[in-house]
Amino acid sequence: MSRPELIAPPEIYYGDIEAKKYTGNTRNQQIQADMTYRALELLNLPPDEPAFLLDIGCGSGLSGEILDEEGYLWAGVDISPSMLEVALEREVDGDLFLQDIGQGFGFRPGSFDGAISISVLQWLLNAETSHPTSSPPHRLSRFFTTLHSSLRNPSRAVFQFYPSSDDQIQLITSIAQKAGFGGGIVVDYPNSKKAKKVFLCLYVGGGGGGAQQLPEGLDGEEVDDGKVRFERRREREKSKNGKRKSIKDKDWILKKKELYRKRGKEGVPNDSKFTGRKRRPVF
Amino acid sequence: MVRLITHNLLACHVKGCTSNNFPLEFKDVQVVLRESEFNPDFLRGFIPKLEWTALVGAARQLGDTSLPDQPPEMLDDDFLKTLHHVLLEIHVEEGIMICPNCKHNYPISNGIPNMLLAEHEIG
Repeated sequence: MSRPELIAPPEIYYGDIEAKKYTGNTRNQQIQADMTYRALELLNLPPDEPAFLLDIGCGSGLSGEILDEEGYLWAGVDISPSMLEVALEREVDGDLFLQDIGQGFGFRPGSFDGAISISVLQWLLNAETSHPTSSPPHRLSRFFTTLHSSLRNPSRAVFQFYPSSDDQIQLITSIAQKAGFGGGIVVDYPNSKKAKKVFLCLYVGGGGGGAQQLPEGLDGEEVDDGKVRFERRREREKSKNGKRKSIKDKDWILKKKELYRKRGKEGVPNDSKFTGRKRRPVF
Repeated sequence: MVRLITHNLLACHVKGCTSNNFPLEFKDVQVVLRESEFNPDFLRGFIPKLEWTALVGAARQLGDTSLPDQPPEMLDDDFLKTLHHVLLEIHVEEGIMICPNCKHNYPISNGIPNMLLAEHEIG
Protein backbone atom coordinates (compact mmCIF):
# COMPACT_ATOMS: atom_id res chain seq x y z
CA MET A 1 0.00 0.00 0.00
CA SER A 2 1.36 3.40 -0.90
CA ARG A 3 1.54 5.88 1.91
CA PRO A 4 1.32 9.47 0.65
CA GLU A 5 1.84 10.82 4.17
CA LEU A 6 5.42 9.55 4.00
CA ILE A 7 6.12 11.44 0.79
CA ALA A 8 5.38 15.04 1.75
CA PRO A 9 3.29 17.10 4.17
CA PRO A 10 -0.39 17.25 3.14
CA GLU A 11 -0.43 20.87 1.99
CA ILE A 12 2.41 20.06 -0.41
CA TYR A 13 1.38 16.54 -1.44
CA TYR A 14 -2.12 17.69 -2.33
CA GLY A 15 -0.98 20.42 -4.67
CA ASP A 16 -3.05 21.61 -7.61
CA ILE A 17 -2.44 18.52 -9.73
CA GLU A 18 -2.81 15.87 -7.05
CA ALA A 19 -5.93 17.56 -5.64
CA LYS A 20 -7.65 17.42 -9.04
CA LYS A 21 -6.51 13.86 -9.63
CA TYR A 22 -7.71 12.71 -6.24
CA THR A 23 -11.09 14.32 -6.57
CA GLY A 24 -11.67 13.21 -10.14
CA ASN A 25 -10.90 9.58 -9.42
CA THR A 26 -14.19 7.70 -9.27
CA ARG A 27 -12.65 4.93 -7.19
CA ASN A 28 -11.60 7.46 -4.55
CA GLN A 29 -15.04 9.02 -4.69
CA GLN A 30 -16.67 5.66 -4.10
CA ILE A 31 -14.37 4.74 -1.21
CA GLN A 32 -14.80 8.15 0.40
CA ALA A 33 -18.54 7.96 0.05
CA ASP A 34 -18.73 4.50 1.59
CA MET A 35 -16.58 5.53 4.51
CA THR A 36 -18.53 8.71 5.06
CA TYR A 37 -21.80 6.79 5.24
CA ARG A 38 -20.24 4.33 7.65
CA ALA A 39 -18.82 7.19 9.77
CA LEU A 40 -22.26 8.80 9.90
CA GLU A 41 -23.68 5.48 10.99
CA LEU A 42 -21.12 5.25 13.79
CA LEU A 43 -21.82 8.86 14.74
CA ASN A 44 -25.30 7.71 15.68
CA LEU A 45 -26.93 11.11 15.46
CA PRO A 46 -30.54 11.39 16.56
CA PRO A 47 -32.68 10.95 13.42
CA ASP A 48 -34.71 13.79 11.93
CA GLU A 49 -32.78 16.41 13.83
CA PRO A 50 -30.69 18.73 11.72
CA ALA A 51 -27.19 18.75 13.16
CA PHE A 52 -24.17 20.98 12.71
CA LEU A 53 -21.08 18.86 12.01
CA LEU A 54 -17.38 19.44 11.67
CA ASP A 55 -15.58 17.73 8.80
CA ILE A 56 -11.93 17.47 9.78
CA GLY A 57 -9.72 17.33 6.72
CA CYS A 58 -12.63 17.95 4.39
CA GLY A 59 -10.36 18.20 1.37
CA SER A 60 -12.30 18.81 -1.81
CA GLY A 61 -15.60 18.17 -0.10
CA LEU A 62 -16.19 14.58 -1.24
CA SER A 63 -17.50 13.71 2.21
CA GLY A 64 -19.10 17.12 2.60
CA GLU A 65 -21.28 16.46 -0.41
CA ILE A 66 -22.71 13.46 1.37
CA LEU A 67 -23.33 15.52 4.49
CA ASP A 68 -25.20 17.98 2.27
CA GLU A 69 -27.25 15.17 0.78
CA GLU A 70 -28.10 13.81 4.21
CA GLY A 71 -29.34 17.23 5.24
CA TYR A 72 -26.64 18.21 7.69
CA LEU A 73 -25.07 21.62 7.93
CA TRP A 74 -21.34 21.47 8.28
CA ALA A 75 -18.07 23.33 8.46
CA GLY A 76 -14.87 21.86 7.09
CA VAL A 77 -11.22 22.43 7.78
CA ASP A 78 -8.28 21.38 5.62
CA ILE A 79 -4.66 22.37 5.32
CA SER A 80 -4.34 22.07 1.56
CA PRO A 81 -5.32 25.27 -0.29
CA SER A 82 -5.51 23.38 -3.58
CA MET A 83 -8.02 20.90 -2.18
CA LEU A 84 -10.13 23.75 -0.79
CA GLU A 85 -10.02 25.43 -4.18
CA VAL A 86 -11.43 22.28 -5.76
CA ALA A 87 -14.09 22.27 -3.04
CA LEU A 88 -15.02 25.84 -3.99
CA GLU A 89 -15.30 24.82 -7.63
CA ARG A 90 -17.57 21.96 -6.66
CA GLU A 91 -19.77 24.44 -4.77
CA VAL A 92 -20.21 22.51 -1.54
CA ASP A 93 -22.54 24.03 1.00
CA GLY A 94 -20.32 23.95 4.08
CA ASP A 95 -18.05 26.69 5.40
CA LEU A 96 -14.41 25.99 4.64
CA PHE A 97 -11.38 26.89 6.71
CA LEU A 98 -7.71 26.72 5.84
CA GLN A 99 -6.41 25.32 9.06
CA ASP A 100 -3.75 22.99 10.42
CA ILE A 101 -5.59 20.66 12.76
CA GLY A 102 -2.33 19.98 14.61
CA GLN A 103 -2.37 23.61 15.72
CA GLY A 104 -5.73 23.20 17.40
CA PHE A 105 -9.13 24.75 16.78
CA GLY A 106 -10.46 28.05 18.00
CA PHE A 107 -14.12 27.08 18.05
CA ARG A 108 -16.26 28.07 21.01
CA PRO A 109 -17.11 25.27 23.46
CA GLY A 110 -20.04 23.13 22.40
CA SER A 111 -20.12 24.40 18.82
CA PHE A 112 -20.65 21.13 17.00
CA ASP A 113 -23.06 18.21 17.30
CA GLY A 114 -20.43 15.81 16.02
CA ALA A 115 -17.29 15.50 13.96
CA ILE A 116 -16.19 13.19 11.19
CA SER A 117 -12.84 12.80 9.57
CA ILE A 118 -12.00 10.53 6.66
CA SER A 119 -8.41 9.43 6.04
CA VAL A 120 -6.77 12.22 7.96
CA LEU A 121 -5.28 11.20 11.30
CA GLN A 122 -2.34 9.38 9.75
CA TRP A 123 -1.14 12.71 8.40
CA LEU A 124 -0.59 13.91 11.96
CA LEU A 125 1.91 11.17 12.70
CA ASN A 126 4.90 12.68 10.93
CA ALA A 127 7.04 15.51 12.26
CA GLU A 128 7.74 18.09 9.56
CA THR A 129 10.19 20.26 11.51
CA SER A 130 12.25 19.78 14.63
CA HIS A 131 10.34 22.51 16.48
CA PRO A 132 8.75 21.06 19.66
CA THR A 133 5.28 22.10 18.52
CA SER A 134 5.57 19.93 15.45
CA SER A 135 6.16 16.63 17.24
CA PRO A 136 3.30 14.21 16.60
CA PRO A 137 2.29 13.74 20.27
CA HIS A 138 2.16 17.49 20.81
CA ARG A 139 0.10 18.07 17.69
CA LEU A 140 -2.23 15.19 18.47
CA SER A 141 -2.85 16.36 22.01
CA ARG A 142 -3.44 19.95 20.87
CA PHE A 143 -5.85 18.62 18.25
CA PHE A 144 -7.79 16.33 20.58
CA THR A 145 -8.06 18.78 23.49
CA THR A 146 -9.34 21.64 21.35
CA LEU A 147 -11.67 19.28 19.49
CA HIS A 148 -13.01 17.90 22.75
CA SER A 149 -13.97 21.34 23.96
CA SER A 150 -15.57 22.39 20.69
CA LEU A 151 -17.93 19.40 20.67
CA ARG A 152 -21.27 19.37 22.41
CA ASN A 153 -21.78 17.17 25.46
CA PRO A 154 -22.89 14.47 24.73
CA SER A 155 -21.70 13.86 21.21
CA ARG A 156 -19.36 11.72 19.15
CA ALA A 157 -16.46 12.09 16.79
CA VAL A 158 -15.62 9.41 14.25
CA PHE A 159 -12.27 9.24 12.48
CA GLN A 160 -11.43 6.82 9.71
CA PHE A 161 -7.68 6.50 9.33
CA TYR A 162 -4.93 4.23 8.05
CA PRO A 163 -2.58 3.29 10.87
CA SER A 164 0.64 1.62 9.79
CA SER A 165 1.29 -0.06 13.13
CA ASP A 166 -0.32 -0.91 16.44
CA ASP A 167 1.95 1.60 18.14
CA GLN A 168 0.34 4.37 16.15
CA ILE A 169 -3.13 3.26 17.21
CA GLN A 170 -1.97 3.14 20.81
CA LEU A 171 -0.44 6.61 20.64
CA ILE A 172 -3.58 8.10 19.15
CA THR A 173 -6.01 6.44 21.55
CA SER A 174 -3.95 7.25 24.63
CA ILE A 175 -3.71 10.92 23.71
CA ALA A 176 -7.42 11.04 22.91
CA GLN A 177 -8.18 9.55 26.31
CA LYS A 178 -5.97 12.10 28.03
CA ALA A 179 -7.88 14.83 26.23
CA GLY A 180 -11.05 13.55 27.89
CA PHE A 181 -12.58 11.38 25.19
CA GLY A 182 -14.09 7.98 25.82
CA GLY A 183 -14.47 5.32 23.17
CA GLY A 184 -12.03 3.32 21.13
CA ILE A 185 -11.24 1.60 17.88
CA VAL A 186 -13.80 -0.10 15.65
CA VAL A 187 -12.42 -2.29 12.89
CA ASP A 188 -14.56 -3.20 9.89
CA TYR A 189 -13.76 -6.42 8.03
CA PRO A 190 -10.72 -7.21 10.21
CA ASN A 191 -9.87 -10.32 8.22
CA SER A 192 -9.79 -8.71 4.83
CA LYS A 193 -6.71 -7.05 3.49
CA LYS A 194 -8.51 -4.73 1.12
CA ALA A 195 -11.78 -3.96 2.84
CA LYS A 196 -10.35 -3.57 6.34
CA LYS A 197 -11.12 -0.13 7.71
CA VAL A 198 -10.10 1.30 11.06
CA PHE A 199 -12.40 3.79 12.74
CA LEU A 200 -11.60 5.70 15.89
CA CYS A 201 -14.89 6.29 17.63
CA LEU A 202 -14.66 8.92 20.37
CA TYR A 203 -17.28 10.04 22.85
CA VAL A 204 -17.70 13.31 24.64
CA GLY A 205 -19.61 12.68 27.83
CA GLY A 206 -22.03 9.80 27.39
CA GLY A 207 -21.50 9.78 23.64
CA GLY A 208 -25.21 10.19 22.93
CA GLY A 209 -27.64 7.35 22.60
CA GLY A 210 -27.29 6.03 26.16
CA ALA A 211 -24.67 3.41 26.89
CA GLN A 212 -20.98 3.89 26.21
CA GLN A 213 -20.96 0.72 24.19
CA LEU A 214 -18.61 0.71 21.27
CA PRO A 215 -20.43 -0.20 18.08
CA GLU A 216 -19.56 -3.51 16.47
CA GLY A 217 -17.30 -3.52 13.50
CA LEU A 218 -18.69 -4.98 10.33
CA ASP A 219 -17.66 -8.53 9.72
CA GLY A 220 -18.17 -11.42 7.36
CA GLU A 221 -18.20 -11.39 3.63
CA GLU A 222 -17.19 -8.28 1.85
CA VAL A 223 -19.74 -6.75 -0.39
CA ASP A 224 -19.38 -8.27 -3.82
CA ASP A 225 -18.85 -5.70 -6.51
CA GLY A 226 -19.66 -8.13 -9.32
CA LYS A 227 -16.03 -8.81 -10.17
CA VAL A 228 -14.29 -12.13 -9.73
CA ARG A 229 -11.84 -11.93 -6.88
CA PHE A 230 -8.55 -13.83 -6.69
CA GLU A 231 -9.28 -15.65 -9.92
CA ARG A 232 -5.72 -16.73 -10.52
CA ARG A 233 -5.17 -17.95 -7.01
CA ARG A 234 -8.36 -19.96 -7.16
CA GLU A 235 -7.12 -21.67 -10.29
CA ARG A 236 -3.88 -22.59 -8.57
CA GLU A 237 -5.74 -23.84 -5.52
CA LYS A 238 -7.95 -26.04 -7.65
CA SER A 239 -5.03 -27.93 -9.15
CA LYS A 240 -3.63 -28.56 -5.67
CA ASN A 241 -6.84 -30.19 -4.47
CA GLY A 242 -6.97 -34.02 -4.55
CA LYS A 243 -4.26 -36.29 -5.97
CA ARG A 244 -2.38 -34.94 -8.86
CA LYS A 245 -2.70 -37.22 -11.84
CA SER A 246 0.59 -38.64 -12.98
CA ILE A 247 1.64 -37.51 -16.40
CA LYS A 248 3.40 -40.81 -17.09
CA ASP A 249 0.31 -43.02 -17.15
CA LYS A 250 -0.25 -46.10 -19.30
CA ASP A 251 -1.21 -44.10 -22.39
CA TRP A 252 1.96 -42.06 -22.17
CA ILE A 253 4.11 -45.18 -21.86
CA LEU A 254 2.40 -46.87 -24.84
CA LYS A 255 2.83 -43.73 -26.89
CA LYS A 256 6.53 -43.54 -26.07
CA LYS A 257 7.12 -47.21 -26.86
CA GLU A 258 5.35 -46.79 -30.19
CA LEU A 259 7.57 -43.84 -30.93
CA TYR A 260 10.77 -45.73 -30.08
CA ARG A 261 9.69 -48.68 -32.27
CA LYS A 262 9.02 -46.35 -35.16
CA ARG A 263 12.45 -44.84 -34.74
CA GLY A 264 13.92 -48.36 -34.81
CA LYS A 265 15.23 -48.42 -31.29
CA GLU A 266 16.27 -51.86 -30.12
CA GLY A 267 15.03 -53.66 -27.05
CA VAL A 268 11.72 -51.88 -26.63
CA PRO A 269 9.67 -54.07 -24.24
CA ASN A 270 6.53 -55.71 -25.53
CA ASP A 271 3.16 -54.31 -24.56
CA SER A 272 1.18 -56.48 -22.16
CA LYS A 273 -1.54 -56.22 -19.54
CA PHE A 274 1.21 -55.39 -17.02
CA THR A 275 2.44 -52.33 -18.92
CA GLY A 276 2.40 -49.22 -16.73
CA ARG A 277 1.58 -51.10 -13.53
CA LYS A 278 3.37 -50.49 -10.30
CA ARG A 279 5.89 -53.09 -9.20
CA ARG A 280 4.60 -54.13 -5.75
CA PRO A 281 6.98 -55.52 -3.15
CA VAL A 282 6.77 -59.33 -3.42
CA PHE A 283 6.33 -61.41 -0.35
CA MET B 1 -17.61 31.31 2.62
CA VAL B 2 -17.45 32.73 6.09
CA ARG B 3 -21.04 32.88 7.16
CA LEU B 4 -22.11 34.42 10.42
CA ILE B 5 -23.09 31.01 11.72
CA THR B 6 -19.45 29.93 11.75
CA HIS B 7 -18.15 33.35 12.64
CA ASN B 8 -20.28 33.06 15.76
CA LEU B 9 -18.40 29.91 16.75
CA LEU B 10 -14.96 31.15 15.90
CA ALA B 11 -12.58 32.38 18.58
CA CYS B 12 -8.89 33.14 18.35
CA HIS B 13 -6.65 30.13 19.02
CA VAL B 14 -3.26 31.79 19.31
CA LYS B 15 -1.10 30.59 22.18
CA GLY B 16 -1.97 32.31 25.44
CA CYS B 17 -4.88 34.22 23.92
CA THR B 18 -7.63 32.83 26.10
CA SER B 19 -9.75 35.72 27.27
CA ASN B 20 -11.59 38.38 25.31
CA ASN B 21 -10.69 36.47 22.13
CA PHE B 22 -14.23 36.41 20.79
CA PRO B 23 -15.82 37.57 18.56
CA LEU B 24 -13.30 38.28 15.84
CA GLU B 25 -13.79 41.70 14.26
CA PHE B 26 -14.33 42.08 10.54
CA LYS B 27 -12.30 44.55 8.51
CA ASP B 28 -12.30 45.50 4.84
CA VAL B 29 -14.96 42.96 4.02
CA GLN B 30 -16.64 42.15 0.74
CA VAL B 31 -19.99 40.51 1.22
CA VAL B 32 -21.91 38.32 -1.19
CA LEU B 33 -25.49 37.21 -0.68
CA ARG B 34 -26.39 33.67 -1.68
CA GLU B 35 -29.76 32.16 -1.15
CA SER B 36 -29.98 28.89 0.71
CA GLU B 37 -32.68 26.55 1.85
CA PHE B 38 -34.74 27.66 4.85
CA ASN B 39 -34.66 25.13 7.66
CA PRO B 40 -36.65 26.33 10.70
CA ASP B 41 -36.01 23.19 12.78
CA PHE B 42 -32.27 23.60 12.50
CA LEU B 43 -32.48 27.27 13.49
CA ARG B 44 -34.64 26.53 16.52
CA GLY B 45 -32.07 23.99 17.68
CA PHE B 46 -29.20 26.32 17.00
CA ILE B 47 -30.44 29.44 18.80
CA PRO B 48 -29.31 28.28 22.28
CA LYS B 49 -25.79 27.87 20.94
CA LEU B 50 -25.60 31.38 19.54
CA GLU B 51 -23.81 34.20 21.29
CA TRP B 52 -26.53 36.72 20.51
CA THR B 53 -24.70 40.00 21.20
CA ALA B 54 -21.74 38.85 19.12
CA LEU B 55 -24.05 37.88 16.28
CA VAL B 56 -25.87 41.22 16.30
CA GLY B 57 -22.54 43.05 16.48
CA ALA B 58 -21.09 41.10 13.57
CA ALA B 59 -24.24 41.54 11.49
CA ARG B 60 -24.11 45.30 12.06
CA GLN B 61 -20.45 45.39 11.06
CA LEU B 62 -21.54 43.80 7.80
CA GLY B 63 -24.30 46.37 7.41
CA ASP B 64 -27.31 44.27 8.32
CA THR B 65 -29.42 45.77 11.08
CA SER B 66 -32.46 43.54 10.85
CA LEU B 67 -31.80 41.69 14.13
CA PRO B 68 -33.14 42.97 17.48
CA ASP B 69 -30.79 43.57 20.43
CA GLN B 70 -32.33 40.74 22.39
CA PRO B 71 -33.59 37.45 20.97
CA PRO B 72 -37.39 37.57 21.06
CA GLU B 73 -39.35 35.24 23.31
CA MET B 74 -41.62 34.10 20.52
CA LEU B 75 -39.91 32.44 17.57
CA ASP B 76 -42.31 33.23 14.75
CA ASP B 77 -41.61 32.50 11.11
CA ASP B 78 -40.75 36.09 10.25
CA PHE B 79 -38.05 36.19 12.88
CA LEU B 80 -36.64 32.83 11.83
CA LYS B 81 -36.50 34.00 8.21
CA THR B 82 -34.53 37.08 9.23
CA LEU B 83 -32.23 34.96 11.33
CA HIS B 84 -31.82 32.50 8.47
CA HIS B 85 -30.85 35.33 6.16
CA VAL B 86 -28.28 36.73 8.60
CA LEU B 87 -26.80 33.40 9.64
CA LEU B 88 -26.69 31.45 6.41
CA GLU B 89 -27.05 33.76 3.42
CA ILE B 90 -24.48 36.46 4.09
CA HIS B 91 -21.10 35.23 2.86
CA VAL B 92 -17.94 37.17 3.51
CA GLU B 93 -15.74 36.64 0.47
CA GLU B 94 -12.74 38.85 1.14
CA GLY B 95 -11.46 40.70 4.17
CA ILE B 96 -9.69 40.23 7.47
CA MET B 97 -10.84 38.95 10.83
CA ILE B 98 -8.98 40.46 13.77
CA CYS B 99 -8.77 39.05 17.29
CA PRO B 100 -9.89 41.76 19.74
CA ASN B 101 -7.31 40.61 22.28
CA CYS B 102 -4.03 39.73 20.53
CA LYS B 103 -4.79 41.51 17.23
CA HIS B 104 -3.89 38.46 15.19
CA ASN B 105 -5.12 38.85 11.63
CA TYR B 106 -6.95 36.01 9.94
CA PRO B 107 -7.14 36.95 6.26
CA ILE B 108 -10.10 35.76 4.25
CA SER B 109 -9.48 35.19 0.57
CA ASN B 110 -11.87 33.64 -1.89
CA GLY B 111 -14.22 33.04 1.00
CA ILE B 112 -11.77 30.83 2.87
CA PRO B 113 -10.29 32.18 6.08
CA ASN B 114 -6.65 31.36 6.68
CA MET B 115 -6.45 30.09 10.25
CA LEU B 116 -2.82 28.97 10.07
CA LEU B 117 -0.54 30.14 12.84
CA ALA B 118 3.18 30.81 12.89
CA GLU B 119 5.33 28.49 14.98
CA HIS B 120 5.63 30.84 17.96
CA GLU B 121 1.85 31.26 18.12
CA ILE B 122 1.03 27.57 18.48
CA GLY B 123 -0.25 26.61 21.90
